Amino acid sequence: MIDRSHIGRELAPLTVDVEKGQLQFFAKATGQTDPRYLDEAAARGAGYAALPAPPTFLFSLDLMQPDPFALYRELGVDLNRILHGEQRFRYGTPICAGDRITLKTRIADLYDKKNGAMEFIVLETDAVNQRGEDAGGMTRVVVVRNN
Amino acid sequence: MNTPDFDSLSAGDTLPAFTSAPVSRTTLALFAGASGDHNPIHIDIDVAKAAGMPDVFAQGMLSMAYLGRLLTDWAPQSRLREFNTRFSAITWLRDEVTCSGKVIEKFERNGERLVRLDLLAANGAGEVKLAGQALIALG
Repeated sequence: MIDRSHIGRELAPLTVDVEKGQLQFFAKATGQTDPRYLDEAAARGAGYAALPAPPTFLFSLDLMQPDPFALYRELGVDLNRILHGEQRFRYGTPICAGDRITLKTRIADLYDKKNGAMEFIVLETDAVNQRGEDAGGMTRVVVVRNN
Repeated sequence: MNTPDFDSLSAGDTLPAFTSAPVSRTTLALFAGASGDHNPIHIDIDVAKAAGMPDVFAQGMLSMAYLGRLLTDWAPQSRLREFNTRFSAITWLRDEVTCSGKVIEKFERNGERLVRLDLLAANGAGEVKLAGQALIALG
């Protein structure tokens, strides 16, 4: 069982640059053909400062850290036993290429079901851009299969 | 692009659905690189089998990205306020992911007129892979 004393713990803040090439690669990998997500002129025409990050990209920004799975090892969780259970996003100022985003994540909850056969890790993340504006946030629910 | 008109929408109205290309190993490799999710269970069959899975399988966030496309094809992303999904079943190689959505509620909050959408991602057999909701402000 994961040590419940981790509940409420704040992880080290992460600051990442939003890169145009990464956004274009993400668009390609998700079958996106809408020019607003591929072409800077089309993005500007739609009112964005630069290519916008698509709705789920905050999850990817968090993965841009050198060792995104370190937390699971630290909690004693086998990476091969985790599944993504639930994902929630809320939106603030749009995130665009060229932005520098700081993510602050806390372990919001740890609980189990079926007498510990499944454990749940709830991570809450808030994002702030280089101007100090709220750039949205997300909640991840990760399921650990212990059986 | 045109923003859907709040007044002319009703509960039960559907968004234009679309179906992804069949999920291939290449799809998973490209999404691993593009999304930053380098968990080898999605791209390395040896790791997947060692974990007790029959083969590699899709990242849940791949299908959530497809649902994101459903939303931004319908309304500008700047209108999106919330977007949530539960991952209810694994998406396997060769699955074609059909994304669909419908209006379930219209309401006002903090001076914004919002529609709540029910969202589904399912394979060709109709098995639900992701179920979720979104809130979109329409004026």
